[in-house]
Amino acid sequence: MNDKPKKEYDIAAIMNENINVMRDVVPWANETRFRVTKVDKGHVFGVQPWAEHLVGDPDTGVIHGGVITTFLDNLSGMACTAAMTQLRFVATIDLRIDYMRPAEKGRDIIGEAECYHLTRTVCFTRAWAYHETRDKLIATSQGTFAINKPRFGDGKART
Amino acid sequence: MNPDLTNPRADEIDAILKRIPFAQTLGMRCEVLGDEMTAILPYQEKLIGNVTIRALHGGAIASFLELTAMLQVFLVSDMPRPPKAINITIDYLRQGHAKDLYARAFVMKMGRRMASVRAEAWQENRADPVSAIVAHFMVAAD
Repeated sequence: MNDKPKKEYDIAAIMNENINVMRDVVPWANETRFRVTKVDKGHVFGVQPWAEHLVGDPDTGVIHGGVITTFLDNLSGMACTAAMTQLRFVATIDLRIDYMRPAEKGRDIIGEAECYHLTRTVCFTRAWAYHETRDKLIATSQGTFAINKPRFGDGKART
Repeated sequence: MNPDLTNPRADEIDAILKRIPFAQTLGMRCEVLGDEMTAILPYQEKLIGNVTIRALHGGAIASFLELTAMLQVFLVSDMPRPPKAINITIDYLRQGHAKDLYARAFVMKMGRRMASVRAEAWQENRADPVSAIVAHFMVAAD
């Protein structure tokens, strides 16, 4: 064990400065085309635009639930990293999504995720998807994330 | 073809997949034998979530499993169109590697209004699932 006090960083501020990079390096996020719009400590906002290739119901033009799952999963994971004082990445352990009402065709979906509790190894998250305000929700999620050990450039974990 | 293995709903599964733009974006397809269906998600670069460790994106896996669960409900019911999801809970059990993913769903309860479904996705070995979901769907026309 290393007992030396570690230097603390404002990870949320660093993420805010690199807001577009975080999505650009994720191929599936580029495919679903969501954007991250704001990062505060433990709290991340984003926008999921409507697009034809994301439609899950061809009769109504509503985008598929899986797109919202991708969006809220990704924002929730980012909220975990944004809650920390050391740069750590996380992996989803489990995620529950409740679909309240279908998103409207052609409209942007706003997403908001918060990491409301953090232990040494696990983060707990809540997230919301809506068009205008959290009073009229499209979906909510609740998740847990495992905090990964820092990795070297070759992808191997440090011990 | 053995008549016991044909299911009149089987052809409809293929037609539904072709009509759903998001299913085409994922690139998934299904093989149906009677009431048993295996969904296949051929590997594509765009499904990656972490380029460093070459892992599939959890959202892509969840989307694939939700569609598999939805189609399984349709397959074993007499619904005119696929059901709407109420919720899904996904467990990420192992890393999804950069290769093809398979899934099967099992309808645990087909009620008059709701269906409860479990679905699992695996790669080399079905006994080592990558992810599993439990999903609920509305099956009443209302």
